[in-house]
Amino acid sequence: MNGDFLGHQPELSLSEKLWQINWKLILLLTAIASIGWAMLYSAANGSVDPWASRQAVRFGAGICVMVVVGLIDLRIWLRLSYPIYGVALVLLIAVEIVGEIGMGAQRWIDLGIIQIQPSEIMKIAIVLALARYFHAASLEEVGRPTFLIVPLLMVLAPVGLVMKQPDLGTALMVMMVGGAIFFLVGVRLWKFAVVIAGGAGSIPVAWQFLHDYQKNRVLIFLNPENDPLGAGYHITQSKIALGSGGVAGKGYMMGSQSHLNFLPEKQTDFIFTMLAEELGMIGGTGLLLLYSLLIAYGVIISLRCRNQFGRLVGLGVSTNLFLYVFINIAMVMGLIPVVGIPLPLISYGGTAMLTVLFGFGLVMSVYIHRDIRITRRTLAGEL
Amino acid sequence: MERDTDRYRSLTRRALMLGGMQVGLLSTLVARMYYLQVLESDRYTVLADENRINMRLLAPSRGQVLDRFGVPLAVNQQNFRVVMVSEQARKIDRMLSLISEIVPLTEADWRRITREIQRKRAFVPVTVKENLTWDQVTMIEVNAPDLPGVSIEVGELRSYPYEAATAHFLGYVGAVSESELNGDPVLALPGFRIGKSGMEKFHDASLRGVAGTSQLEVNAVGRVIRELSRQEGKPGRDITLTVDIGLQQYAQDRLKEEKSAAAVVMDVHTGGIYSMASNPSYDPNLFTTGINAETWEDLLSDPTTPLTNKVVAGQYAPGSTFKMLVALAALDSGIVGPRHTVFCPGHMDLGDHRFHCWKKGGHGTLDLVGALKHSCDTFFYDLARRIGIDRIHDMAKRFGMGQRTQLDLPSERPGLIPSREWKQANLGKSWTQGESLIAAIGQGYVLATPLQLAVMLSRLVNGGFAVKPHLTKQIERGPAEQTAWPSLGVNKTHLDMVLQGMNAVMNQPGGTAYKMRIAEAGFEMGGKTGTSQVRRITMAERSTGVLKNEQLPWRQRDHALFVGFAPLHAPRYACAVIVEHGGGGSAVAAPIARDILLEVQRRDSARGVPQVSSAVPAAEPVQPAPGDKPGRIGG
Repeated sequence: MNGDFLGHQPELSLSEKLWQINWKLILLLTAIASIGWAMLYSAANGSVDPWASRQAVRFGAGICVMVVVGLIDLRIWLRLSYPIYGVALVLLIAVEIVGEIGMGAQRWIDLGIIQIQPSEIMKIAIVLALARYFHAASLEEVGRPTFLIVPLLMVLAPVGLVMKQPDLGTALMVMMVGGAIFFLVGVRLWKFAVVIAGGAGSIPVAWQFLHDYQKNRVLIFLNPENDPLGAGYHITQSKIALGSGGVAGKGYMMGSQSHLNFLPEKQTDFIFTMLAEELGMIGGTGLLLLYSLLIAYGVIISLRCRNQFGRLVGLGVSTNLFLYVFINIAMVMGLIPVVGIPLPLISYGGTAMLTVLFGFGLVMSVYIHRDIRITRRTLAGEL
Repeated sequence: MERDTDRYRSLTRRALMLGGMQVGLLSTLVARMYYLQVLESDRYTVLADENRINMRLLAPSRGQVLDRFGVPLAVNQQNFRVVMVSEQARKIDRMLSLISEIVPLTEADWRRITREIQRKRAFVPVTVKENLTWDQVTMIEVNAPDLPGVSIEVGELRSYPYEAATAHFLGYVGAVSESELNGDPVLALPGFRIGKSGMEKFHDASLRGVAGTSQLEVNAVGRVIRELSRQEGKPGRDITLTVDIGLQQYAQDRLKEEKSAAAVVMDVHTGGIYSMASNPSYDPNLFTTGINAETWEDLLSDPTTPLTNKVVAGQYAPGSTFKMLVALAALDSGIVGPRHTVFCPGHMDLGDHRFHCWKKGGHGTLDLVGALKHSCDTFFYDLARRIGIDRIHDMAKRFGMGQRTQLDLPSERPGLIPSREWKQANLGKSWTQGESLIAAIGQGYVLATPLQLAVMLSRLVNGGFAVKPHLTKQIERGPAEQTAWPSLGVNKTHLDMVLQGMNAVMNQPGGTAYKMRIAEAGFEMGGKTGTSQVRRITMAERSTGVLKNEQLPWRQRDHALFVGFAPLHAPRYACAVIVEHGGGGSAVAAPIARDILLEVQRRDSARGVPQVSSAVPAAEPVQPAPGDKPGRIGG
């Protein structure tokens, strides 16, 4: 196999890689994150404390992580795919056990300096593992149902664990990212139809396993006016904030709903509401446009990649971002039930930001190593 | 490589499909945003405003009440109360005991505060104690660092600096009762007080003012964040009274020597009331802060009726003070000439009934002036027999008796001037001539308030003009006092004769109040005594000798009355005095009237108040009556 027919060296020196750092990607991410800082500044009533400053520091650290991840050879990521997935799964189980010891929903593992949220790691790990699995798979192989059993288990195992935490939003995301990759590699559409039908059929059974508050959320989503001061309060107030923002918004830092605490969790899950209240539909669609650019850019980078693993990783990460954005915004607008999914790069919080930046680090790696050929020997362990 | 190309095509196709789905879903978000932020925006804007805006009313400052010289009679005092925000105070009990070292708290206070703290939200201030003294306020402020969450709030409390002296005409303010709520939101304000009696009630609408509003931005839990807008209310208008508070205090003090008495002084030309005293009185400040049941019961059950303003609501038989009107009615009728004389043997017989003069031995022959001077009952029996009740009734009505004087004060009573029609309608019996005789000496059915007596006297001495009394001099820059009164159409010479009689009462030896005259040159007065029987004197008692007042229980003693005016030659002030069950008018009521009339003249001349109102024609000076030759009058 001659991988040099386009004149590219498959092996890149560090300086060549540094040249390849994708500044457009960093610029786009920074643009979105800046909006996040502005909103966190507003959420704190015009103060960088406590949110905007810490978020900026995290972003800076996250960008460094991203660049480092980007510089690491894609083939190394390929080889680390299963181990990372394995670690993530073990951590999820560990959380489950610690969670049993602790009380209620436990999602974090405290390592002293930092707290790790294994379900967040899983969002990336599942992409890597599935990309690794489908990397060498031909269309014929993908067409065989038995071939799909392993990746299906790869998805369902973490979904089950996350669901048990319980973290409906993350379980949903892992499931959908998995589904997206299945879709991308060419699994027949009718198979999806069967699974979806089966899933729908099992809803009554699954309902039994839901916690009361989860049932409540779904019920309230279906009819928020039923409980205007209780659990439905959040979504009602969020809609009021959005609606009263109008086209041009109430003005930066002038959102009455958010600043008077009618809006819950305005610095985390409901930050888009505050943005749309203060900056209006113009601000809201503007942000969506930025996200769309980021996602599209990720897709373009992916499709330019000359190996399947890179393509799948890039598309998986982009899909991941899309899911974050869509689920969060659809939730605050009352389109879907309230699930705990942050708005990437904007909501206050470290883990989600790290996940996203790590993911885009992988996308950058895909970009830098777009011409790398991944051979059987590579899979065997040679670069 | 072939394999990878197929796979790549498939992936690209699928990636585009996925991208298409994503675009579709993101479009849903934009559509939803359009729905919420464009189509439904108005609805949500209203909801957002309802969320955050809380209207509060700002109680307007109540207008002041001033006396004629601008001395404040009803003012708003700053009322300091200490409040506590429980969420900031944290340890409530400790904080309360710290406060109680400065402001004593009762057991009941503690219970009320703890109850309120439990009921209210943690950031809502709870009133710990009201009506703090200035010392307590400063102590709390000084100790503020040790009292987190404790602060002083300032409100307004109606205060009456002259206390009992002004209670009867000023009235007082009190909490709004259920029945007084009329939809005016200001009435529903906690702690809002309205006029309950007196001028406070009569002028409540003017004094009350207009409430302001404050739009407050509140957050999700109702905590006030800031004031969005503030529309100041209009403070109530100030009201200036005709009362001279110095004179009022003097009169009230003077009356305190009697168990139950009332006195009123008015301007005979303008009708302005200078003083309106009624004893006993009460402290209206008690009502503002909330009166306790025991004090209230005591006030209600007191036989001397401290809650009643006897000047306007006390109705008494006017006794001999009524005789001027009978004299006028007689002269006016033409039936009796000015030189008419009557012989008084001490009684007059009518049919088989004997009507007694107060002087058992009789007065001998008297003309009208002499009859007034000695207050001879027989003379007036004679007049009544000649002219009948109708003429007396008509004249009394013209002089303001038997009807409300339309004073600007609530709770005025009408008195009573009987007539044939009245008796038929109310008692179902026809009038008897004997009743006319009794009425002629101001007894029987005749009832008058001290205010009516003052009005009657004013109309007599101002030249016969239908002056009406009033207490309100001015409402801020509102209409000033009225002075042009319609004439009563009474013959001037007849009026002069009556005045001569009243001059003789005071200033001629033998006059019933000669001992009470004012000797001070220029301040002389005229007047008429009255003693009205409260009980019926039986024939049996009369034969054994009428009991002296001192021998009777208080409730059965005669009322002492007096009406007087001054200065003698250019009347300006009319004064009516009643001492309930006080005994003889000359001995008990006359000195009070004299003291008050002297006081008002001294006060006004010291202030340089013009003594004759130019707007109103003054009464003709009483017939030449130099102080050293009183004998010429009414001889």
